[in-house]
Amino acid sequence: MALLTKKDANLIIDPLADNNPITIQVLGICSALAITAELKASVVMAISVVFVLGVGNVVISLMRNIIPSKIRIIVQLVVIAALVIVVDQVLKAFAYELSKTLAVFVGLIITNCIIMGRFEAFALGNGPWRSFLDGIGNALGYGVILIIVGFFRELLGSGTLFGYPVLGDPIAKTGLYSIGYENNGFMILPPAALIVVGIIIWVQRSRNTALIEEN
Amino acid sequence: MLEHLELFFKSIFIDNMVFAVFLGMCSYLAVSKKVTTAVGLGAAVIFVLGVTVPLNWLLDQYILQEGALVWLGPEYADYDLSFLSFIMFIATIATMVQLVEIVVEKFSPALYNSLGIFLPLIAVNCAILGGSLFMQAREIPSLALAFNYGISSGIGWFLAILAIAAIREKIRYSNVPAPLRGLGITFIITGLMGIGFQSFGGMLTGGDEGADSPVPETAVRDTEVEESEVSTSEADSKKKKEEVVISYNDALNK
Repeated sequence: MALLTKKDANLIIDPLADNNPITIQVLGICSALAITAELKASVVMAISVVFVLGVGNVVISLMRNIIPSKIRIIVQLVVIAALVIVVDQVLKAFAYELSKTLAVFVGLIITNCIIMGRFEAFALGNGPWRSFLDGIGNALGYGVILIIVGFFRELLGSGTLFGYPVLGDPIAKTGLYSIGYENNGFMILPPAALIVVGIIIWVQRSRNTALIEEN
Repeated sequence: MLEHLELFFKSIFIDNMVFAVFLGMCSYLAVSKKVTTAVGLGAAVIFVLGVTVPLNWLLDQYILQEGALVWLGPEYADYDLSFLSFIMFIATIATMVQLVEIVVEKFSPALYNSLGIFLPLIAVNCAILGGSLFMQAREIPSLALAFNYGISSGIGWFLAILAIAAIREKIRYSNVPAPLRGLGITFIITGLMGIGFQSFGGMLTGGDEGADSPVPETAVRDTEVEESEVSTSEADSKKKKEEVVISYNDALNK
């Protein structure tokens, strides 16, 4: 017997493309845009969200029968906040420089709508194992977009990936720069993130026309 | 007085919640289909930010900061509870939103009918928590300034959602490529508006006399880094503009 039935596997695969949290469900945009100027920050953010959403979904799913529905939002916020504090403390201990770049955006995972959205839409009505898969799947779908945006913004904006120069040295004019290539400073500015995400949505919807909105 | 004015305009235009730090994007995208609902949500955000930022400022100042507990007695001077700030801030926000909802429902049913449905949404709006976290990170010095910061960043958010809602109402009559319709074009328009708002960057430090009243800030990471990128990449752009950019950076790096 396989570890994942087909239905379970779909929980992970669907959010990666056709039901992507960012481009289709429109959840969790804030942090997706703000920290993607560098690939490294995007990767760390993606991992943090995978952790928070995976564990949080399981916790909420285990408690789903004892949470009174009137105060569920506060309960959910407390669970998320506790997990985010763990992430924040771990980052401060092992990657202090990075936690400075991410600054308040680690804290903003708390109000990342993906997490609340998945708690409400899935974990409150499903068992722990399926909720875990759903959490991981959605967080990965979010991470994929983050990493794509981070990749293009860092490559085109600073000519580096993970901080390593891949296009040559802009000051010594080696590599691509020797034939007159220039970094596009615009890609590091905040508005560029919006435009890159807009283009990702465009590409995705022209490939899968079922996703096109009415108007 | 001057610092109040400066913070006011800075939070509305330069560090605009939506265009500079992308806070509250989810509701910004979801609730901007019609101008009337956008106005309702925008007003609710201004209101809640105006209440929660000063409250969280008090919490931060008297409980969370390193050594803040000293008012309890000298033996508490070493405590640093700042790792608890996330949970304290979000609890304050969630309870305040609930409280405001109950009070408004009781005393002003008309206001409740127009704001009511948006209030629960606001508890999870990142603009609200973001307001408190930026307030903490920027070390805003007084309660009055914290109140000012809450209100003015709310106004900035309000302006942004009002503008995008108006544009989205009109763009319905335009011939947008099918795959871009709806979400895609909204992203791109927001990006273009963001470029427009970038031009406010030199507003407060543009003149010569502005440069010697710098704004000491710890956490404007995005804008600071990016401004310096601008100054290097735009080195060959107009001389006047370059002067402005450089004086802004000098002011910040001081």
